[in-house]
Amino acid sequence: MTATATTTRAIVTGGASDFRPRRTGSREQLISWAFLAPFLIAFVLFLAWPIIHGIYLSFTDQSLTGAGGGFVGFANYAEALTDPIMWQSMGNTVWFTLLSTVPLIVVALLMAALVDRGLPGQWLWRLSFFMPYLLASTVISQIWVWIFNPQIGAANNILKFFGLEPLAWLQNPETNMLSIVIATVWWTVGFNFLLYLAAMQNIPPQQYEAASLDGAGAWRQFWSITLPQLGPATVLILILQILASLKLFDQAYQMLGGVASDTTRSIVQYIYEAGFVSYRFGYSAAISYVFFALIVIIGVAQALITRRKKEQ
Amino acid sequence: MSSTTLVPTGAPNDDHTRTLTVPKNRRTARPKLPGQKAFSPLRVAAFVVLALLAIGWLLPFLWAVATAFKTETDAASGDPGWIGATGPTIEAFVAILSQGNVYIWAWNSLWTALAVTLITLTISALAAYAFSRLDFTGRKWLFVVIIASIVVPPQVLIIPLFYEMLAFNLIDTHWGLILPQVVAPAMVFILKRFFDAVPIELEEAARVDGASRLRVFWSIVLPLSRPILASVAIFVFIGAWNNFLWPFLVINDTTLMTLPVGLQTVISAYGVQYAQVMAQAVLAALPLIIVFLIFQKQIVKGVATSGFGGQ
Repeated sequence: MTATATTTRAIVTGGASDFRPRRTGSREQLISWAFLAPFLIAFVLFLAWPIIHGIYLSFTDQSLTGAGGGFVGFANYAEALTDPIMWQSMGNTVWFTLLSTVPLIVVALLMAALVDRGLPGQWLWRLSFFMPYLLASTVISQIWVWIFNPQIGAANNILKFFGLEPLAWLQNPETNMLSIVIATVWWTVGFNFLLYLAAMQNIPPQQYEAASLDGAGAWRQFWSITLPQLGPATVLILILQILASLKLFDQAYQMLGGVASDTTRSIVQYIYEAGFVSYRFGYSAAISYVFFALIVIIGVAQALITRRKKEQ
Repeated sequence: MSSTTLVPTGAPNDDHTRTLTVPKNRRTARPKLPGQKAFSPLRVAAFVVLALLAIGWLLPFLWAVATAFKTETDAASGDPGWIGATGPTIEAFVAILSQGNVYIWAWNSLWTALAVTLITLTISALAAYAFSRLDFTGRKWLFVVIIASIVVPPQVLIIPLFYEMLAFNLIDTHWGLILPQVVAPAMVFILKRFFDAVPIELEEAARVDGASRLRVFWSIVLPLSRPILASVAIFVFIGAWNNFLWPFLVINDTTLMTLPVGLQTVISAYGVQYAQVMAQAVLAALPLIIVFLIFQKQIVKGVATSGFGGQ
């Protein structure tokens, strides 16, 4: 029980693991590396080496067509940092992250809190909220492109029903990012919902029983028992959500039919366009590392915040 | 090493199921508390909000299903009714299924996703066992390096990976699609934590009896780890089945495409045929919905335990 509780906690906090010292024989060394070899080979080939090679490529003018490849120093990085489209894509990505993260956490919390009440129809609630997460980006993009169709789509039918003006949704630069956010919340909120639900159901029922005996109602129990204990889970979900939102590409690209829009182009889409539309591998690699730097900064900030919380 | 210290075989599994799963109906199974009524106003209100949310979440998909059963003319008419003026029809499904490529794409998706899952699971479990149970030089720092690599977003690696696949001559092949997806450091982490919790006495007893490390791993550790392996497998499978960016980049040959990439090319070709597009969406969604209905418990558990590594 304690061991598994630590497991859960370690998954939540990413805590350091326990390494007990043991006797080491040369035979055990050999066996160890045999167990590790398949993973390590894949790790080096498809993760470690590409990271290193990508850094090298970002200092060259390598093209997808095979031309170029000469060393250009920091030219790609200098260009990226002064490229208005790069900053625009970065801005769009951060804007999407801000817009999507709040509803993706608040709605997930609401769903989990309601389902956790143990109302009848548990499997139906889980299916309704989580099913969209199982769908491929292509499928959800098709569905939402149709819903947002200005002439025949359901979204404008709903606006009409409430006596509101119809919108052009994806066709309008002012609403296309909002449309993508709505589709994304529908698509992925179920994942956060399940994480919250798991966290809530780890709270010992005895605490609710004791509170109930003291006369605390359901509302009071949620505020005083459930919510305070969701702190670590919320930090985890928030970080996972920010990292996931920053990687926006699939649904934005497909909902706009592959057309680059200045108001929805995400940084990953710009990496793709620079590499596979303009064939500039070197430049694309440089943008990738600017993006990676952003992710690392957020990761380090998260680590510092969790550490400070632990010290308190 | 006396056998009295042995924990019953089922113990680690049971423990994990208890802490890591979402127990079904735990609240309803709980005995009624004094003063708790089945129909308090708050409970009814909660039920209504929940039902509205669920309807809101199901509607987009139900609309898609309804449109898929309309004729193209009805679908394009903008009439918001559930059934078109001409009545329900399956002609959109017939049109999609008679085109042939859908079957090939579904097969490609299935086998590449299964291959990714099997390879990921095998190499991650072997590595996790070494980190959990074996001692070797550099064990600690190697583990730190692998954990640190969890933060690397796969999207950052598309350029060097594509370059590497060009060099290996794997562009436009299924292996080029599969291999870059099999490295999952987060899964090694999750499996190692699980193996750490398996009582070592069982293994030591087997070792005294002369079993080799591989044999202990295969006959003792793996059977005990079935629940976590299933969780990780389902999680990896869903990710691989739905993956878009990498298959989209690496595959150009129509007959080698996976479902998400293949469907994308068809929409560009005839984006205005709404009934057919929705029929496609429904057909592509169906397998995973069926999988969810069958494996609901394991999937919910998989997300709860492996959510850490999924992005």
